[in-house]
Amino acid sequence: MSTEVEDVESFRQRAGAWIRENLPEQDSSINMSMIRKGMSDEAELAAVQRERAVQRMLFDAGFAGICFPKEYGGQGLTPAHQKVFNEEITGHEFPARLQAPSISPCAAVLLDFGTEEQKQRHIPAILKGEEIWMQFLSEPSSGSDVAAALTTAVRDGDDWVLNGSKVWTTGAWWSDWGLCLARTNWDVPKHRGLTVFMLPIKQDGVDVRRIEMLNGSMDFCQEYLSDVRVPDSDRIGEIDGGWTVGTRWMFHERILFSSPLVTVPSGTTHSGVGAGSLVEVAHSLGRLDDPDTLDLIGEGRVLELVKFAIQGRVGAGIASGKMNDQSAAIGRLFTGLTGARLFTLAFDIAGSTGAAWAESDGPAQHCGDDYLMRQSGCIGGGTLEMARNVISERVLGMPRERSLDRDVPFRDVPRGGTTRA
Amino acid sequence: MNVELTSEEEALRSTTARFLDDRMPIAAVRDLRDDPAGFSMTYWSQGAELGWMSLLVPEDLGGGTVSDNAVADLALIAHEFGTHAAPGPLVPCNVVVSALAGAGDAHAEALEALMSGASTAAWCYSEPPPNDALGHIDLEIRVDGDDVVITGTKRPVENGAAADLLLVTGRTGAGLSQVLLAASTPGVTVKPLSSADLSRRYATVHFDDVRVPVTAAVGGVGEAAAEVERQLQLAIVVSNAEAVGALQQAFDMTASWVNDRYSFGRPLSTYQEIKHRLADLFTWLQASHAINDVAITAVGSGSPDAAELTSAAKAYISEYGGELVQDCVQLHGGIGVTFEHDLHLFVRRVTVNRACYGTFAEHRRRVGQITEMRKDRA
Ligand SMILES: Cc1cc2nc3c(=O)[nH]c(=O)nc-3n(C[C@H](O)[C@H](O)[C@H](O)COP(=O)(O)OP(=O)(O)OC[C@H]3O[C@@H](n4cnc5c(N)ncnc54)[C@H](O)[C@@H]3O)c2cc1C
Repeated sequence: MSTEVEDVESFRQRAGAWIRENLPEQDSSINMSMIRKGMSDEAELAAVQRERAVQRMLFDAGFAGICFPKEYGGQGLTPAHQKVFNEEITGHEFPARLQAPSISPCAAVLLDFGTEEQKQRHIPAILKGEEIWMQFLSEPSSGSDVAAALTTAVRDGDDWVLNGSKVWTTGAWWSDWGLCLARTNWDVPKHRGLTVFMLPIKQDGVDVRRIEMLNGSMDFCQEYLSDVRVPDSDRIGEIDGGWTVGTRWMFHERILFSSPLVTVPSGTTHSGVGAGSLVEVAHSLGRLDDPDTLDLIGEGRVLELVKFAIQGRVGAGIASGKMNDQSAAIGRLFTGLTGARLFTLAFDIAGSTGAAWAESDGPAQHCGDDYLMRQSGCIGGGTLEMARNVISERVLGMPRERSLDRDVPFRDVPRGGTTRA
Repeated sequence: MNVELTSEEEALRSTTARFLDDRMPIAAVRDLRDDPAGFSMTYWSQGAELGWMSLLVPEDLGGGTVSDNAVADLALIAHEFGTHAAPGPLVPCNVVVSALAGAGDAHAEALEALMSGASTAAWCYSEPPPNDALGHIDLEIRVDGDDVVITGTKRPVENGAAADLLLVTGRTGAGLSQVLLAASTPGVTVKPLSSADLSRRYATVHFDDVRVPVTAAVGGVGEAAAEVERQLQLAIVVSNAEAVGALQQAFDMTASWVNDRYSFGRPLSTYQEIKHRLADLFTWLQASHAINDVAITAVGSGSPDAAELTSAAKAYISEYGGELVQDCVQLHGGIGVTFEHDLHLFVRRVTVNRACYGTFAEHRRRVGQITEMRKDRA
């Protein structure tokens, strides 16, 4: 077998032909992390099954995990190959739910820190669509301050016993595995007492409860962990070394759909409708000739183009070492703000249809709910305020915030209220 | 400016940077406040020797580039103009040079004079209010036998008063024409305007039945629309590059100021409000670099996306750049609105860029139209 890397153009031909043959056309502007109330549970489960099957088709055809090493079921190709694959799949069905967080950050973290055995067991399974993973990071007591996790893991022979609660996972009720940050030491400062574990979600000690979002979506979940036994072989990274894993994990999360590890239509970002959808909303309401609408569409497209450009710049800067990894927060901040603005533009184009709508209103029927949910892209994946902290402190080198939890045993750190019991 | 430059690009940039450090420190720029031209011809011809005027000219006509994208090379010079608030008609002269270089031998002498820095030029493009909408052209270029006759008014014309040569864009019937003429041609009157920039001069140029031979035309009479659009794109991305340089400078000054300045016993940079503002400003700055670099690549390579990306860059940098520099002023406090502090020199550069070659709202609409048309075709 040749070890030569297939050249990008012939890969494009091959990928494009396979996609056109096997994957039906589908509007790619339907955004991945745009949470809308829609399907019944049955329909949602069926959609998950279908996406697992599509991921399996990608795997069997040699297109899953393009940048993952071959020994873990990937293709051992380059980000340039993933980029052209993303271009080719644009406008076609693709397995959205399998990409983030399963492939990145979760499989990415396994690749960075997993043991050989862990990688062999899970990365191919993820790439085949057999395992869908969730990030168990946020807790009712802390989200931004993720290192202040209270979920506790206590050693018991060859096992660890986990207790606590994780929250704000999207889709945990139909998922398989959780990548979980837990506290293993209360007597050291917070960052030094954390460990990362993996655990199956569908087991007795894990009680998954669904949370209704303000738009009626039931995909948000909270997990209650009671005496969940995790073998030590399912620990990822060092004991009490969870923050080393966590830092990398957060990096993967920040770049999310710009990661070379995921397969998504070109131009997919964390949130927000595309400028093309603004035209569709305007068109469906007969407003294309209205000069105010033209302004709003123009603004949306300008921001979208700048978003692509800044992602390219930051990506190139990080790749060449001219910018540090933390610079990913620049893209995160820009994408968050732009996403929220695009929902607002769509809402303003929709006019009163944003306040009251019928199903026959076509694309405009979503504008009201999307606008109500506008901020979710500025919160999920780390808030914009945290991105601003990172940019100012880690990119610009400005002084760190004074904190009351540094160099103090975590046990003694003051704690406040929680979002949910 | 791209995050990474090749060594040739870096050499081009740093040569101009060193020249400007030496020849145009801020004090020298300040001295030009009351200078009628805003720059000296010695300075200009020295700059021409560094390549300022020859990047857009093909090698067989005596020009040459360092990379495969001449516009990107010129933008590196423009960036340094921005970081130094440097004087001189970089944009209009290069627009005219590129127009002449594209028009064959007819204007070889003028081209040579511009490339050597012995002459300067102005591009008479925009028109006075209320007919100053982007792309609106009323000035008439009428063919009369072997002559063309020019009637109308242009404003604001950068370098209009100091230029030896004028490139006039006007209407011939339903098409556009361009004519190159000496500023001294009878019937041309030039009235200087006051300007928001310290060293950059603008004028109103009036053409009162100005008659020149038809050989003065640059490109086909009535057939110049595509060239005019290309010149506009060029003027915009190069002006943007200058504005981004000025933004970079204003940002850097502000970032170091918030470290030095104390309030309530601690540096401003320790306040989260200030840190978050800097994070936003830095993100806008990076976004401005990024979108203009993409636009420069498109304009330089003649890509079909050039119009959309140019307008996107112009809209973004005009809108956010204006806010960025004003926020830099705000973070300086009282000293920020004084003449003695240098910040205003960069605020000025960004401000004139915001208002020339179309407002951000006009460019947004251009992008909106292109977006709608693309969807229509799809
Ligand atoms: C759509 C969506 C999907 C999500 N998916 C997941 C998931 O799969 N897994 C998971 O673990 N979590 C997930 N989250 C949770 C998300 O990561 C957290 O909501 C987020 O990190 C904020 O944490 P919090 O909700 O506890 O808010 P808090 O941390 O309590 O923050 C409240 C407010 O205070 C601000 N703030 C907090 N600290 C500071 C500071 N130091 N300086 C300045 N401002 C500060 C925040 O920016 C925010 O505005 C998701 C959230 C959303 C909205």
